[in-house]
Amino acid sequence: MSDQAVSEQRKVFTDAFWVNNPIFAQMLGMCPTLAVTTNAINGVGMGLATVGVLVGSNVAIATIRNVIPAEVRIPAYVVVIAAFVTIIDLSMNAFVHDLHKVLGIFIPLIVVNCIILGRAEAFASKNTVLSSLVDGVASGLGFTLALVLLGSLREILGSGHWFGMDLFGSSYHPMLVFVLPPGAFLVLGLILAGVRWYEQQRKAVKQA
Amino acid sequence: MINNMPDYIKMGWVLMVTGAVATALLAGTDQLTSTRIAEAKRQETLSMLAQVLPPGFDNEPDRDTVTLSDPRLNRKNTPVVFYRAARGDDYLGAAFVVTAPDGYSGEISIMIAVRTDGRLQSVQVVTHKETPGLGDKISDPAWLGRFAGQSLTSSRWAVKKDGGDFDQFAGATISPRAVVNAVKRGLGFFVENQQQVLARRGS
Repeated sequence: MSDQAVSEQRKVFTDAFWVNNPIFAQMLGMCPTLAVTTNAINGVGMGLATVGVLVGSNVAIATIRNVIPAEVRIPAYVVVIAAFVTIIDLSMNAFVHDLHKVLGIFIPLIVVNCIILGRAEAFASKNTVLSSLVDGVASGLGFTLALVLLGSLREILGSGHWFGMDLFGSSYHPMLVFVLPPGAFLVLGLILAGVRWYEQQRKAVKQA
Repeated sequence: MINNMPDYIKMGWVLMVTGAVATALLAGTDQLTSTRIAEAKRQETLSMLAQVLPPGFDNEPDRDTVTLSDPRLNRKNTPVVFYRAARGDDYLGAAFVVTAPDGYSGEISIMIAVRTDGRLQSVQVVTHKETPGLGDKISDPAWLGRFAGQSLTSSRWAVKKDGGDFDQFAGATISPRAVVNAVKRGLGFFVENQQQVLARRGS
């Protein structure tokens, strides 16, 4: 690959991973984000399952993008996405059975995660297979980053654990609200505020 | 050829081919994973049974079962599988799932193992939807350990608040009450129907 092509793919990556991060910037896929992140390991599992689906569907859709008539593209994309979700669901059930049990109904629900259809419609249907692959990996990892961050904070505050390890001993009284549904909204709000603040600081430094 | 078709036919074709390819892929994946999924599920059952059943059995409890139904096991009268543990020719006990219909948020499935002397070997919560941090303490091994070795007459089968012997939790009485009552009903059923539960196969 030429230098130009590499820098182009790098731009696709940073764009999908950070600038247009599915959670921090686009606020897509809130249902799985808020529901599964009661601990960090769930975040990792859900994030990586989404990476799998996103890469598969992005590559498949970029491959067939010129054959699909524009009028029926959405049903065709939905079929492709649903197929990949089911493949991931069955594979996880067979090979990482314990994690599959924890994530339960959320795996089939990836099919209605707007990030997947969003990337298919906004990116894969207009770009090359390679760029779509990079975009799928980057969006998926960006989503995973957000889920792990949210899951870690909720697990630490709400149960005093991190990835199942006891952090503070028995003297720590966990703030239960953070593992309950309202805690998901509170922590997500704080994370978003933090990200915006960081971005503003960065812009200020650049302009100065 | 595909470019000469009228649009509405082309659309139909494209969707049909997409669907057919997706179906073929799924059928293939199912072929590849179905035996592994069945095996993983069996291992899950076996490891659960190994935890609850009296130690020292030498049969395969998941293949030595009887199925009975009774409103004391679950309110819907759904048939319940009794996994039986045996050493040689003697049964040591059986494990089965009782369902408490009256948890704080829905049903609680509890696997209990009873020895042939009518005492509990152990109790495990299989699934529940109780409040995290409050009612979900019912799956705490320390609390469940209180059941081990109990018979119908050795404890007062109620939570302390109701005048019994079992602890409730601060802020959660409904969940432990549901578990205690369900375990009591399951134990009662076993003791009354032990002949049937531990009947020899073919006899």
